[in-house]
Amino acid sequence: MSSILITILSLSSMGIVAAIILYLVAQKFKVPEDPVIHDIEDALPAANCGGCGYPGCRNFAEACVHTDSLDDLYCPVGGQETMDIVANLLGKEAKQTDPRVAVIRCSGSFENRPRTNHYDGASSCAVASALYIGDTDCPVGCLGMDDCVVVCEFEAIYMNRKTGLPVVIDENCTACGACVEACPRDIIELRKQNKKDRHIFVSCINTEKGGIAKKYCSVACIGCTKCFKVCEFEAITMGNNLAFIDSDMCVLCRRCVTECPTDAILEINFPPRRTKTDKEKTTLLDALMKRDE
Amino acid sequence: MSKLLTVSPSPHIYGKETTPNLMHGVIIALIPATLASILYFGWGSVIVISVSVTSSVLFEFLIQKFLLQKKNTIQDGSAVITGLLLSLCLPSNFPAHLIILGSLFAIGVGKLSFGGLGNNPFNPALVGRVFLFISFPAKMASWPDAQGFQTQYIDATTGPTPLSIIKEGLGKGDSISHLMDNIPTYRQLFFGNMSGSIGEVAAVALILGLAYMLLRKIITWHIPVSIILTVVIFTGILWLINPEQNADPLFHILSGGILLGAIFMATDYVTSPMTEKGMILYGISIGILTVVIRLFGSYPEGVQFAILIMNGFVPLINYYIKPKRFGEEVKNG
Amino acid sequence: MSKMLKTFRKGGIHPAEYKLTEKSPVEILPLPEKVTILLSQHMGVPAIPVVSKGDTVKAGQLIAHGRGFVSANIHSSVSGKVVRIDSIPDLTGYKKPAIVIEVEGDEWEENIIQSTDLRKDITLSKDEILEKIRESGIVGLGGAAFPSHVKLILPKGKNAEALIINGVECEPYLTSDHRLMLEYGEEMMVGISILMRVLNVRKAMIGIENNKADAVYHLKDIASTFTGIEVFPLEVKYPQGGEKQLIKALTGREVPSRKLPIDVGVIVHNVSTAYAVYEAVQKNKPLINRIVTVSGKSLKKPSNFVVRIGTPIRFLIEAAGGFPENTGKVISGGLMMGKALNSLDVPVIKGMSGILVLPENETKRKQVEPCIRCSKCVSVCPMGLEPYLLMPLAQTGDFYRLEKEMVLDCIECGSCSYICPANRPLLDFIRLGKTEVNKIIRERN
Repeated sequence: MSSILITILSLSSMGIVAAIILYLVAQKFKVPEDPVIHDIEDALPAANCGGCGYPGCRNFAEACVHTDSLDDLYCPVGGQETMDIVANLLGKEAKQTDPRVAVIRCSGSFENRPRTNHYDGASSCAVASALYIGDTDCPVGCLGMDDCVVVCEFEAIYMNRKTGLPVVIDENCTACGACVEACPRDIIELRKQNKKDRHIFVSCINTEKGGIAKKYCSVACIGCTKCFKVCEFEAITMGNNLAFIDSDMCVLCRRCVTECPTDAILEINFPPRRTKTDKEKTTLLDALMKRDE
Repeated sequence: MSKLLTVSPSPHIYGKETTPNLMHGVIIALIPATLASILYFGWGSVIVISVSVTSSVLFEFLIQKFLLQKKNTIQDGSAVITGLLLSLCLPSNFPAHLIILGSLFAIGVGKLSFGGLGNNPFNPALVGRVFLFISFPAKMASWPDAQGFQTQYIDATTGPTPLSIIKEGLGKGDSISHLMDNIPTYRQLFFGNMSGSIGEVAAVALILGLAYMLLRKIITWHIPVSIILTVVIFTGILWLINPEQNADPLFHILSGGILLGAIFMATDYVTSPMTEKGMILYGISIGILTVVIRLFGSYPEGVQFAILIMNGFVPLINYYIKPKRFGEEVKNG
Repeated sequence: MSKMLKTFRKGGIHPAEYKLTEKSPVEILPLPEKVTILLSQHMGVPAIPVVSKGDTVKAGQLIAHGRGFVSANIHSSVSGKVVRIDSIPDLTGYKKPAIVIEVEGDEWEENIIQSTDLRKDITLSKDEILEKIRESGIVGLGGAAFPSHVKLILPKGKNAEALIINGVECEPYLTSDHRLMLEYGEEMMVGISILMRVLNVRKAMIGIENNKADAVYHLKDIASTFTGIEVFPLEVKYPQGGEKQLIKALTGREVPSRKLPIDVGVIVHNVSTAYAVYEAVQKNKPLINRIVTVSGKSLKKPSNFVVRIGTPIRFLIEAAGGFPENTGKVISGGLMMGKALNSLDVPVIKGMSGILVLPENETKRKQVEPCIRCSKCVSVCPMGLEPYLLMPLAQTGDFYRLEKEMVLDCIECGSCSYICPANRPLLDFIRLGKTEVNKIIRERN
């Protein structure tokens, strides 16, 4: 009986001593901290994706507290909603920012862009791009080796094995920008999110002369300026043999799409049109539409 | 030109060695020890080895196929090695159902739970063996005498291993010179005619395997030599101090699992350090731990624990011990 | 040879040698119809064209001027008419500025001495020689193509004790340096003497791997008539042709991490560079041609050719017996460090020592398997690095740790990828890591 008593007593006294030490240490090394940081961190999505430019959500929360204006800070994952909450907590004003979504600006599928050699190295776009032009003659086209897919933390992008091009799942995309960083060819762009995830964009970034670009990719932008001329909203700019549609100016009228002679301008998530030109749209587009159904 | 040219980064030529090649090399190196075990323990050994190898390969296959649903990798031969090594450190009268349990633990917990070949921190065969050793101590402490095909499988006549004779004897206050009369001669120790696990007894077969692996450059000398040398030096010092209380180094090397451990268990690629300096440190530590457990611990044998403990330190060794970089040497020309 | 041969100590591998063309004398290749001369054949800044479309040029005429210190002049390799100055795919397939010249006759600049007589007497002063080498657009012909005059101007306060001449040629298949040593040995020796004068050193060491015993004996014979030049046979081991490994083998000195050979008192030049220096200084001939090995087991007639810079590779392969049906890969350079080409239309450049035509079954990479931590990559790395560790660090983008693990010391010899039993693309990712770490360091400064 006494042995049990001794055991209980000795163990509890050891526990008490340890607790006292722990308490004293905790007091001694306590870091004074603004409790708001904690509140903000709770409001953030806790994805730690780095899309805001900070290593993690906590760092972003600290930055929010320590800055005077929230204009330069934006959490792409949480979006406007989260920023409004953060602004509320801090009594500051959050800038109105439109939600964005990633789009792939290359339509060089196997069909549209014939392969001119066979790549047999490590399966990484970064490795292939540093080595040589890639398995087609296009120096800027998609290499199709999953660098963007691997880096996405939200499962918002996958590789379509039939076309050899990545596809963005708009509902999952948080516009954190990780894929934009990862792509060695810079073909991924963050564009304004429109109603029903509709997009119109020039799906090509080749700046070579039209004839050359068209030779190795049937859906290359050849810089013909037809879309530029037809656009009434000044959303399209031309430069370096390439058209660019500003997503903030575009009203999704789709006139440029019908005008484009090479089908380089894509329309995504629009209801099908029963016009003649529509039937001739690329199979790629059908594929893109199909996966959203 | 009809076909497309292939483009890949340099180099454009590769060596002939592949993972299955190396694994098959280890299996070949284990053949002498396997044959010796059959020679000494007869049918018991055949049953233990075949049950262990088949069940290991089967578990690897089943777990990968149904549980992990990953690509099947049994053809790389690593599961065969695990099964073979596990069986070689069991007694020849070990019940088949426990062997199956042991190989399930070795493959399932020791290897695949960490992500398969290349990711396991501990040697799977040793994990299986220690699991059996701790769970079924009685079964793992009865060692049949080596009587060739005379040895029965389950009802074999058993006897203590040389190490346990010494351990128990010293515990009772006997002196080494007195105890030495009860243990086999060095010649018997060398050729394996004694009680013990089926694979550890024949020193000569294990050394043949080592020679083969060194010649084929499957392993380097660093780990086995540093373990054996450490054991020799450590036990040698103690023996010189007091030969009546400590067995001589040759006895320590030839008895128990030191050779099996040093040659086949500690040199397992996945669970040993990457640099030569690291390998030597690892070998020395295993040697010291083995002797400490043998002489001062409660178990007669300690190689298995020593290797497992040092397996745990391998990431640390790899982190801190770096190869000598080119350019570190100051000019001397 | 009973004496132990010199070699470097750490790491190294022994790939099969395949020196199919070591007995084939150098042939002069006829002129193609058109040459494409890239303006960036060297490390550093591309040259600027000084001719325009429609101009008539002679062989040896300056057509592009090196810009800045680390750059090299470019000369026309043929006589004819400039038909295009445009962006043309280079060895990587990316388009780079180049000059296309249509060949008409073979007229050379007047001051070039075309006779093959040996001119042994060095009459020019140190500065005159240096200027000649710079003018002639000579770059390191071993592969890296670093402008040679830059290497010959020593940094202030540094002194060279010895000149090391690299005749190792440790890559499989390649024999261009080997044939050069055998057939142009004396000219090369004069070139070495010229380099010694510029560098103001009394000692030159020629390192040759012992699989070229005929070259060793031949050069030893010639060397006896030159002062200060010594020939050393070396044990056969890849990558002995690496600058740092060769210095270690010959002098026992190790060039410290991120330092240059001059920091241990030596300068290294290739045998072909020495020959080019001879031609430039003694014959006024700029670098407009070079010896290229065209080899491969499936080729009908593997050969060593003297080729004008800018000749399309297709033309070389035709001359070597035509393009074999089963070809899978065409490589510029050696098997270990060469560059696989995506087209046969790319031109010969100054740093191209060989064209290898490999059949399809020899070129396929095998399935990548998990690392079994066999530590073979660590033991073969000649720089004492840990490829097994560097590859995942590069993959996951831990560039800070990569820098700490000395990734920049990697010489990209490929020994790790060669030896890996799990067929892991170690070097592919290490190279990527190097690029990224270099970028970070540049940003930091």
